Amino acid sequence: MSLRSAFVPASALIVFLLLWEGLVRANGWPNYKMASPSDLGPAFTKHWDLFLVMSWQTLWRTVVGLLLAIVVGTGLGMLMGFSRLMRDALYPLLVGFNAIPKATVVPIVALMFVGQHDFNTILIAFMISFFPIAVSVSIGLSTLEPEYRDILRSLGASQATIFWKIALPKTLPEFFGALKVAVTLAFIGTNLMEIVSPHGRGLGALFDSGKTNSDYPLMFAVLVMLAFLGIVLFYVVVFLERIFAGWADR
Amino acid sequence: MYPMIKIEGVRHAYQTPTGPLPVLDGLEMSLDEGGFVAVVGPSGCGKSTLTRLVSGLMKPDEGRVMLHGEIVAGPRSTVGMAFQNPVLLEWRSILQNVMLPLEIVSNSLSKTERVERARYLLSLVGLEGFEDKRPSELSGGMRQRASLCRALVHKPEVLILDEPFGALDAFTREDLWQTMHKVKEQESFTGVLITHDLREAIFLANQVIVLSGRPARTQYVLDVPDTGPRDLEHLYTPEAAEMLAILRHQIEIAQGRAPSDQEVA
Repeated sequence: MSLRSAFVPASALIVFLLLWEGLVRANGWPNYKMASPSDLGPAFTKHWDLFLVMSWQTLWRTVVGLLLAIVVGTGLGMLMGFSRLMRDALYPLLVGFNAIPKATVVPIVALMFVGQHDFNTILIAFMISFFPIAVSVSIGLSTLEPEYRDILRSLGASQATIFWKIALPKTLPEFFGALKVAVTLAFIGTNLMEIVSPHGRGLGALFDSGKTNSDYPLMFAVLVMLAFLGIVLFYVVVFLERIFAGWADR
Repeated sequence: MYPMIKIEGVRHAYQTPTGPLPVLDGLEMSLDEGGFVAVVGPSGCGKSTLTRLVSGLMKPDEGRVMLHGEIVAGPRSTVGMAFQNPVLLEWRSILQNVMLPLEIVSNSLSKTERVERARYLLSLVGLEGFEDKRPSELSGGMRQRASLCRALVHKPEVLILDEPFGALDAFTREDLWQTMHKVKEQESFTGVLITHDLREAIFLANQVIVLSGRPARTQYVLDVPDTGPRDLEHLYTPEAAEMLAILRHQIEIAQGRAPSDQEVA
């Protein structure tokens, strides 16, 4: 990483925090209206142990939900990408399912699997994030130019060989594009469950306790922590993308 | 002795929502081993369907397609194909792209022999030194050369070229014509070239088949003598001009823009 590539985003962050601080001070807002960056430090140090535990819980459940979304999303994408019939059958279902606001699903899931907090949270994270993966994989596979298939088919290659040698690698750039969207969505899903159906776990629960205790800086600190985790996971995906689909970057 | 490629009375129609669309109706072709046939005809007349029949990617509704006297029942590894779109795999180097068919076709070549074979072909078409480049780093003409190497790497008996030079500029195309002659001297294969370019047809082939408009039948067969144009200058001789005039006239008939010979007589 060059000095410039670290310097530019770091300065952008500092400018953002200064503007935020300036906005709050200029308006003389009390911290229950809007906390300022200078309130965040104390909030973090006061509850640092809680932040560690809750962040870890949010993170692992998000990642598991995301992994599930990758497996199921890729599977559905392959079905729809290879079979016209499956595409016609599944597309409207998936679109309809995706159109349902997940906040409305949260109480249903919470009741359906009452008490199984980890499972519930993972399920919501998964449900909110598999759609872009399924769509992008199916589009990647169905738009494969016929000549690519013909090159191998004319040599007598099996469908499986064509998939591993051509279709799969050719779809990777689309897959990673969708995964970047899915990462942020999965965080939304995890926190939705943690906030709406509090069970004392995860950053969502910490946010909720900030609300109950009128600890407004804590609520803002949770938001910042979520943003931080989101950035970390996003760049993990970017890193994997460079390794597996770096060739698409010209 | 059977001809390398024999097509007899082939009829074929595509099923479309509005009913069957006949594309081939009375296709005949016979080509000896080592021969090179160019197939010309109006746009959309079924030339690409012909390549899919010969390569075994499709079966005709009626008639027979035979290689070496054997009916083509499905894809066979003794065929190599190159298209107008070079379809190189962007995540592989040029060398790995060329070696792709060797990963599919069963052969007794060792890893070193495969690399040697691929390197030899790349140097034959003038791509020495580009083995480790990615396709995106190459020009259109170079990618087409690499695609040609991939089609030849497994020593196919039949090389099918479906308008491989169609998207290239005129100078690059002429370069590739000369490369093709060089390749033909070194490699033994029977060639089928689909093209829109009549000069390309008489420059590369020893037999030119003119297909009629859709549904296509074999309308005219022109034999290009061995003394035909094999250097670019020879494309401007009276003999070449005469062949081109005949072919152009046949294309006009195929397009329905000129009365057929029978009608004139």
